[in-house]
Amino acid sequence: MHVIEARNVVKRFGEFTAVDGVSFTVESGEFFGLLGPNGAGKTSAIRMMYGFSPVTSGQMLIFGLDIHSDWRTIRSRLGICQQENTLDPDLTVEQNLLLYARYYEMERSIIRERAEELLSFFALSNKRKAKVAELSGGLARRLQLARAMIADPELLILDEPTTGLDPQSRHQLWDRLAELKKRGLTMLLTTHYMDEAESLCDRLLIMDRGRILAQGRPRDLITEHAANSVIEIQGPDGDLREFIRQRGSRHEDLGGRIIVYTEADGALESDVRESFCSESCLFRPGNLEDVFLRLTGRELRE
Amino acid sequence: MNRVELAAITLRFRHVWMRNLVTYRRIWRINFLVPLLEPAFYILAFGLGFSGLIGGVDYAGRHMAYIQFMAPALVATACMWNAFFETTYASFVRMYYQNTFDGILATPVSLEEMIIAEIVWAASKAAAAVTVMLTVLIPLGYAAFPGALMCIPLAFGAGLAFGAIGMFFTGYHLVELTRFFCIGAMESNPVFNLIYLVVFTVVFGYLGLWAMKRRLIK
Repeated sequence: MHVIEARNVVKRFGEFTAVDGVSFTVESGEFFGLLGPNGAGKTSAIRMMYGFSPVTSGQMLIFGLDIHSDWRTIRSRLGICQQENTLDPDLTVEQNLLLYARYYEMERSIIRERAEELLSFFALSNKRKAKVAELSGGLARRLQLARAMIADPELLILDEPTTGLDPQSRHQLWDRLAELKKRGLTMLLTTHYMDEAESLCDRLLIMDRGRILAQGRPRDLITEHAANSVIEIQGPDGDLREFIRQRGSRHEDLGGRIIVYTEADGALESDVRESFCSESCLFRPGNLEDVFLRLTGRELRE
Repeated sequence: MNRVELAAITLRFRHVWMRNLVTYRRIWRINFLVPLLEPAFYILAFGLGFSGLIGGVDYAGRHMAYIQFMAPALVATACMWNAFFETTYASFVRMYYQNTFDGILATPVSLEEMIIAEIVWAASKAAAAVTVMLTVLIPLGYAAFPGALMCIPLAFGAGLAFGAIGMFFTGYHLVELTRFFCIGAMESNPVFNLIYLVVFTVVFGYLGLWAMKRRLIK
């Protein structure tokens, strides 16, 4: 059984189609990434997974159950860390956990135990009496994550969990997520940070304008849509352009900069280094950001 | 898709009510003073000011002081405002600025249960405000003991209605009932007024659910 199974899922808001016939599965224990530029349909897709938004057509199955009919069972078995801060600002850290647990109708003794566990796991124990309004961004996000975990979910959905956090907080959060993965929790993540997706996700899909552009393992996507090795050349001249054309190399010409995708055998690299690196060249491994930009384009989305 | 599903309403709504209570208990000191001081100010103002001009009032075959006639209306007003304020301003803050509703809708609580909890909470606050007011009005002799205690459950019932409809509800029926319990007499039929309250609660409670569902579900 798949933990998540989207079958040709469509979400329309009047004339506008946010999610346009999307199918994918997430397996047990997987860390799955959902990537795409703003307006790609990621949050709409997530909202359909927990029944916040009704599915226009198609089927969204979670734990093999249809969200349309079994939303209450599904919601009691998954945790969601939403993009916005949805904590209760007037309550303390501890109260936020204890009151949230009641919505799941958990037993009192279990609630206490679970809250203690989470406070310590997310390093919030010494902040238990602090008011949420007084917490820093990193602490608030950790608390929101702890709250999403209160009912011991089988699936954790994370909608841009590290957006707006400082590097220290991001690293701490990654560390916690890696620990949860080790324990076998199934997770679905959306993020705008490609390095985050590349290092955390076992598998991911890239979507844009409501459609899936590619899906697979980060490494495979890089090999397939970008390259294992990349050369960025600043201020390219006509000779370089001619050279690249003759070699038939996969490349992108951005005017002031050329990005060449190579096979990492070193041949093209050394030729470029010898003949064309008068200004500046950057030799680096291909990454997920290359894949993302190639697939979704470089123009601004506003 | 935005149909109100009555089948989605279970007693689970009480947890959201409890959340509101715990939150309120953290900030009650500020909120407690208003229902306590408001009637005191009114009675001072009307008692010292108006009663000299108006003197007595004949109501339901009785002669009474103007303040005695007016005190139940103050109770009704407080009831109305407390409930109305809660499901308009306070609920809006929870929905729009605090994203509290989004957080709750990620749990097994249904949207219907959440809105019902808001309305019941509004009614609870109305009943609490009326209780506080009676602790002033009864010792002063402006409300009869123990009859006036009936205003507390009444305030809850009326609070449901006002929580559900806000200003659509005209204060008239509530004032009449409040008066009936406070001074033991009224000119219109109490049963009719009660039915009126119940019908409004049901109709506008349903409309409230429907409107909130339309607004929240995307």
